Amino acid sequence: MPKAHLKVWRGDDSGDYVEYDVEYEEGMVVLDVVHRLQATQAGDLAVRWNCKAGKCGSCSAEINGKPKLQCMTRMGTFVDGETITIAPLKTFPIIRDLVTDVSWNYRVAETMPELKLSGPDASGHRRMQQIDIDREQEFRKCIECYICQDVCHVIRDHPENQGNFAGPRFFVQLANVAMHPLDQNPKSATVAHGFGLDYCNITKCCTEVCPEGIHITDNAIIPLKERRVDEYYDPIRAIGRKLFGKK
Amino acid sequence: MADIETHEYDVLVIGAGGAGLRAAVEASALGARTGLVCKSLLGKAHTVMAEGGIAAAMGNVYSEDNWQVHFRDTMRGGKMLNNWRMAQIHAQEAPDRVKELEEWGALFDRTADGRILQRDFGGHRYARLAHVGDRTGLEMIRTLQQHAVHRGIEVHQECTVNRLLKDGDRISGALGYWRESGRMVLFRAKAVVIATGGLGKVFAITSNSWEGTGDGHSLAMQAGADMIDMEFVQFHPTGMVWPPSVRGILVTEGVRGDGGTLKNTSGERFMFNYIPPMFASETADTEAEADRWYDDKVNARRTPDLLPRDEVARAINSEVKAGRGTPHGGVFLDIASRRSEEYIKRRLPSMYHQFMQLAGVDITKEPMEVGPTAHYAMGGVRVDAETAASTVPGLYAAGEVAGGMHGSNRLGGNSLSDLVVFGRRAGENAAKYALGLSGQPSVDQGAIAERSASILKPFEGGRENPYTLHKELQDCMQENVGIIRTDSEMRQALVKIAELRERLTQVQVEGHIQYNTGWHLALDMEHMLRVAEAITMAAIERKESRGGHTRDDFPNASGDFGKVNVVVRERGTAVSVVQEPLPEMPDELKKLFEE
Amino acid sequence: MAQATDIQRRYGKTQRVDRWWIEPALFGGGLLAFVIYSTVSALILGNSWHFEAGPYLSPFFEPLIKPGWVPEWISPAVFILWAPLGFRTTCYYYRRTYYRSFFMSPPGCAVTEPAKSYSGESKFPFVLQNAHRLFLYVALVFIPILWYGALKAFWLDGEGLGVGVGSLILTVNAFLLMMYTLSCHSLRHLIGGGLDCFSCSSYTRTRRKAWDILSLANEHHKGWAWASLISVGLADLYVHLVANGVLTDLNTWSNF
Ligand SMILES: Cc1cc2nc3c(=O)[nH]c(=O)nc-3n(C[C@H](O)[C@H](O)[C@H](O)COP(=O)(O)OP(=O)(O)OC[C@H]3O[C@@H](n4cnc5c(N)ncnc54)[C@H](O)[C@@H]3O)c2cc1C
Ligand code: SF4
Ligand code: SF4
Ligand code: FES
Ligand code: FES
Repeated sequence: MPKAHLKVWRGDDSGDYVEYDVEYEEGMVVLDVVHRLQATQAGDLAVRWNCKAGKCGSCSAEINGKPKLQCMTRMGTFVDGETITIAPLKTFPIIRDLVTDVSWNYRVAETMPELKLSGPDASGHRRMQQIDIDREQEFRKCIECYICQDVCHVIRDHPENQGNFAGPRFFVQLANVAMHPLDQNPKSATVAHGFGLDYCNITKCCTEVCPEGIHITDNAIIPLKERRVDEYYDPIRAIGRKLFGKK
Repeated sequence: MADIETHEYDVLVIGAGGAGLRAAVEASALGARTGLVCKSLLGKAHTVMAEGGIAAAMGNVYSEDNWQVHFRDTMRGGKMLNNWRMAQIHAQEAPDRVKELEEWGALFDRTADGRILQRDFGGHRYARLAHVGDRTGLEMIRTLQQHAVHRGIEVHQECTVNRLLKDGDRISGALGYWRESGRMVLFRAKAVVIATGGLGKVFAITSNSWEGTGDGHSLAMQAGADMIDMEFVQFHPTGMVWPPSVRGILVTEGVRGDGGTLKNTSGERFMFNYIPPMFASETADTEAEADRWYDDKVNARRTPDLLPRDEVARAINSEVKAGRGTPHGGVFLDIASRRSEEYIKRRLPSMYHQFMQLAGVDITKEPMEVGPTAHYAMGGVRVDAETAASTVPGLYAAGEVAGGMHGSNRLGGNSLSDLVVFGRRAGENAAKYALGLSGQPSVDQGAIAERSASILKPFEGGRENPYTLHKELQDCMQENVGIIRTDSEMRQALVKIAELRERLTQVQVEGHIQYNTGWHLALDMEHMLRVAEAITMAAIERKESRGGHTRDDFPNASGDFGKVNVVVRERGTAVSVVQEPLPEMPDELKKLFEE
Repeated sequence: MAQATDIQRRYGKTQRVDRWWIEPALFGGGLLAFVIYSTVSALILGNSWHFEAGPYLSPFFEPLIKPGWVPEWISPAVFILWAPLGFRTTCYYYRRTYYRSFFMSPPGCAVTEPAKSYSGESKFPFVLQNAHRLFLYVALVFIPILWYGALKAFWLDGEGLGVGVGSLILTVNAFLLMMYTLSCHSLRHLIGGGLDCFSCSSYTRTRRKAWDILSLANEHHKGWAWASLISVGLADLYVHLVANGVLTDLNTWSNF
């Protein structure tokens, strides 16, 4: 059986990396190895997980410096004997071992605008065509792993921005509201508010790490920025609005 | 203990899956002060993992569909053991609940005329499952979660309830601990809704996460609530079998609904050999007819690949036992040779990724290897069909933890609809009950102090490793109370459970109290042992085979057992098992079954 | 204390073991090389280095604007280059690239950035990036102009129709510049992305089709950005080399 050489963050803020050797079998993922470590050598190792299949977004960690889902990182992707460093999401306050306090995200979620849909038609259905919703369905794939929030330098390196900046996960949600074919929210509640969108410098790290493959920057953030340009920065549109009345 | 952190509510909802969230939304809408507790972070409950869809007879794809057909399918799927009234309410209200989800933001896939698209699933006469690709549960939980956070519900995440508290006969709150700090927390509540989901973690091969430890089943039983149908555990026919670390992870039935077929190693579509008489009239008996059915539901009969789950799970079990299984002990599920790559990736994106990333298998090119996995508990807290009230005043239950709705076997897609239909009713009635009470019921401070101290015992020293105890229980249940059961094996299981219970008093966990998963497991073991015992005792009592309960020593269904529920009750330390008659179905509903 | 230093203190600057710095170094180097080359070729050398050869005109100078009142030392490229310069500087893709490579904001994903404070594009000067839409309108005007230059390159005064290596280079260049512009995020938004309902009328359905096509192009915006950048540099170099007699153009004409 091959052995993995792990370097796992243990403890809280004043903790440190601890090295372990753990045996593993073909086909295992990092989370399996962490579980084996837990069952054999470190019974109190704190780690979050639920589905083991990349569906719940619980097991996020930084593996060899890259934010990833532990349950979707196969051991086969490492070369034999390589040291595998496993750290918690570094952007968030650490609780213990691989578990961090992600409550900031839940607080931001409360500030997001709620969808307000127009009513159903006479037959009792809300009609929407597939072509009207496939864009938003991409956004709704989000499993709230907060890996994008972790990697985003706006808050990772400048936590003082946390009050003004919702972060990529919530730009995805905001885009969902803004583009919903039946949503009745005024622009002031979505696009115009912005939730700190202009702090994003579209450097795309969020897109690079999103385990759901959501094109966060190209399909959510940039389109939202463009909608803001429509509102505030496009002189031709402004003239159009003056001439033909506000749309 | 005066210094224990305390929260006071009208309604406390334990569990933030679909059922718990829907209950909390309803309770707070009625003006009840509502608290919500969950073991994981918000949005990570099992519901998030549901794939295939939510069953509701909206008739968007086949206008022939209506609640009567859905009701009939549900009852027949449950082998007529369901609480008929629950099945009826469920079939009648599901369409409204689905539309309500849409209003709150869920974006289901669409039909050509812009309505909600519905897909085929096992046991459903018509294409009936509203869905979003193969991530319907995610859509549902996110919608409810986003709706709930704007409703002023107080959410306590990563908090585990360990005891229910009573004031005399009625419920008065719950005692739990913060997983993060290990500190105790007291919830005083006039009414409690249990929505804690399933108990799959009692078995070795399961689709459930660490949360599925049957806490709610155990808490309710300990509080004196009647439990019914505990013997019925659904083994989903298609879990992954390889690699070993993902064994049990679910492969959605949607694969078969969208054209996938089961084959043994000689390439035979073996399901044609396992069509039971009850379903013979509506199941295709030739491959040609089965293939036609995907496009023509009216003139062709459905493929046997989509028989109810218990039938398919047993068939796979027999094929493997007869030596026609794959090297890893499963059978093949093939969609690659029948559907285009583009179609598979569009309809089953997360299955595609799951197999690609976890098993290195490209399902658009190769067949999958699948086998049965413990998936769903049909049994649970006995509830009143209209109000979701348990037999303990003030205690309500909804979702997987409640029993009766699905009888001896649940149809795919009927769980997600169950969650919102009965979640809503539980929230509504708990709120009404709570708002009707004048004062806050009292809690027993002595009991709280006692439990707050005893909960720390695993730190004091002993010699048993909680992970080992859990593994032994899982192996024991898988072996002896699994898909195929016999009296003698189940009695061995009872002995083992008693032994494990004894050893649990000697459990030892290392480290300290903060976020200590070993300690949490040690505490969950108590629940798992109680639940395992209830399953086993009920299964011994039911001397027949039916739905999710198959006995080698009583291979056939018996008419007498078809008229009763097995009820398990705990009084003090004594657990009793009795048979009680099923509620009688009214004649106009009986007519639906005469054809 | 800012947490940036917290992270560094606790976990180190980065634990990435891959060569994450190659990408920003490579792309940054590429951009720098282009900026230096184009400044020298179009602005510094300007009129003193011939940029016209027979039917070919360097794309940096297309369309040629040379009013008499402008002194000889000012390159005619100044009337042209502000447009592509503005367009590319405010382009979402280039922004990403130079923020990473030049501003190290961030140098790589999950790599601690050096700056002490950060306000992104919310304040001056970076708030000006929102002018990208304006530059897009200008860039759209340039597409036909560049095609005009490319077609002109097939017509030698006095001899008429013909083809040379230079005409092919200018054609490819016009195509790549067009694709770069068509794959622009801002255009994708204008064409259809700004709509909430695609199915509402046949007009919006048509816009959805256009949006689908532009989205395909947009996925490779990075590719178009680099291909067109390289091609415009090479086209300029080629025309200069031919114009200054370093290279002879292979063509069908007899007298050029
Ligand atoms: C992989 C998979 C796929 C499925 N696919 C489908 C499908 O396609 N269609 C369908 O209809 N059904 C499907 N099911 C079944 C369905 O998802 C579940 O039955 C359903 O989600 C259960 O919902 P619930 O609200 O009852 O509980 P859960 O979603 O399981 O939530 C339980 C909640 O209770 C909390 N909890 C538990 N114990 C405690 C405690 N002691 N203290 C505090 N909180 C506690 C948990 O933290 C959690 O929040 C699937 C199930 C799985 C596992
Ligand atoms: S693209 Fe924007 S939101 Fe995404 S990581 Fe970069 S700065 Fe953050
Ligand atoms: S957008 Fe992607 S990375 Fe961000 S939370 Fe959602 S799934 Fe995770
Ligand atoms: S455990 Fe659910 S995403 Fe990894
Ligand atoms: S985004 Fe690059 S040109 Fe507009």
